[in-house]
Amino acid sequence: MEEFTLDSGNTAWMIVATALVLLMTPGLAFFYGGMVRAKSVLNMMMMSFISIATVAVIWVLYGYGLTFGSGDLIGNPSGFFGLNDFDDAGSLAAGSGVPALVMAAFQATFAIITVALISGSIADRMKFGAWTVFTVVWATLVYFPVAHAVWGGGLLGWDNPITSSSPIDFAGGTVVHINAGAAGLALALLLGTRKGFGKEPMRPHNLPFVMLGAALLWFGWFGFNAGSEFAADATSGRAFLNTVVAPAIAILGWLLVEKIRDGKPTSLGAASGIVAGLVAITPAAASVDTWGALAIGFIAGVLCALAVGLKYKFGYDDSLDVVGVHLVGGLVGTILIGFFANLGEVTTWAGEGEDLVPMDGLFYGGGVTQLVTQTVVALIAVVFSFVMTYLIGLAIKYTIGLRVSEDVEVSGIDLAEHGETAYEEAK
Amino acid sequence: MKLVTAIIQPHRVDEVRAALEAAGVKGVTVSEAAGYGRQKGHTEVYRGAEYTVDLVPKTRLEVLVDDADAATVTEAIVSAAQTGKIGDGKVWVVPVDDVARVRTGEHGADAL
Repeated sequence: MEEFTLDSGNTAWMIVATALVLLMTPGLAFFYGGMVRAKSVLNMMMMSFISIATVAVIWVLYGYGLTFGSGDLIGNPSGFFGLNDFDDAGSLAAGSGVPALVMAAFQATFAIITVALISGSIADRMKFGAWTVFTVVWATLVYFPVAHAVWGGGLLGWDNPITSSSPIDFAGGTVVHINAGAAGLALALLLGTRKGFGKEPMRPHNLPFVMLGAALLWFGWFGFNAGSEFAADATSGRAFLNTVVAPAIAILGWLLVEKIRDGKPTSLGAASGIVAGLVAITPAAASVDTWGALAIGFIAGVLCALAVGLKYKFGYDDSLDVVGVHLVGGLVGTILIGFFANLGEVTTWAGEGEDLVPMDGLFYGGGVTQLVTQTVVALIAVVFSFVMTYLIGLAIKYTIGLRVSEDVEVSGIDLAEHGETAYEEAK
Repeated sequence: MKLVTAIIQPHRVDEVRAALEAAGVKGVTVSEAAGYGRQKGHTEVYRGAEYTVDLVPKTRLEVLVDDADAATVTEAIVSAAQTGKIGDGKVWVVPVDDVARVRTGEHGADAL
């Protein structure tokens, strides 16, 4: 067995990064909570908070094992039960001198926020009990397997049998955002539209909450992206800088679309642009140079600003645009790696033995190989997540039921499901 | 006695209060209100989706005055609240049968 040597600098950074990523989920609660009407803000925020509760518990029981345990299709659910007997030398972060426990805590926060992200598509209308069950089942049957496939050495990872180069998903473009976005679409289709969708105004009740949420998400995202290096080194610095640059220009891209299309740049647009840029740079954070980050951020800002209108065209009520921001942004970032990957500048991957190696992007002399790899992996993830989520949703629908009654929806889900209201007069 | 009720733009409240004080009015009740008149609300755009906001926020002022002061107070409110733009609001006057001051139990004009 290899010798494990603790690196206190890397370990300290990873502990901080873990706290940063965990903060993203309450941040998301504010981001989403501000966007719904006053009568359902508590339910919206609670869907994020309950994800922390359920997913953290199942993560330590069997989630880490399913994700990072060895196995082709799925990991090993019982191998790390309870996370007590750890082999520091065997973890993915071993090379950085980071203990396996820290790695396990860091990765728990990713599972949590991925589940919470989905809640944006089903605002105002899902039974809280049904959502709670969904968080457990979805994490178990979709998140852990996808994370294992991409990051745990599974079917979409560095030695997969499908692609001819190694897919690049640095911090979760496929695992987190495409996964959550496709799941959000499936669940929104299954639940149906909110009463009055597209006819009655459903204006965000607290835009300052939305901006506060975007700020917390951005802050936490430095842990998400720069932490995904599992070390405090030049590559994490590259990821950090790209996480400054891409959201910044994505704000400009989103506001430009609004200025041209709607006449005015909005605060909701700026907050949304931040998140779109963050989503898109997530998979690419360590594999593109600053030009690549600028291009990916701008394209994501523009495309996501356009994509949020699709739900009205096609009639699905993806209430807070999980599809428009996370699925589209995740696809943008994942696929654009095929154009902008510049591994000579920032590489950290070194294929071992039979492992595949990632290639430079089309614009950096690597040909189309990486573009094909990225696209194939992204599409497999979309299909897997959509189909699995739809099946899970159907199972819940015909057992405990998915949707609250129309009376509850009209009078406000907060009072009916939680026995509380956020404000004295909650409209 | 008369009750003068005014629905005005929220941002004119300070000017109207000053004008009322100058006109010798000793008390006023202010509350938040929402409604629409000829301006028919306004539109807001969220992530590209346009919403019509039918009910626009307004401020409601209520002043109890002597019959003789009603016209002066009405004019004071109108001139202080006026911006000339659509949505400036309305002022109306209705007769009041009786007024009682809770602290002392006085009635009628003494209670104003």
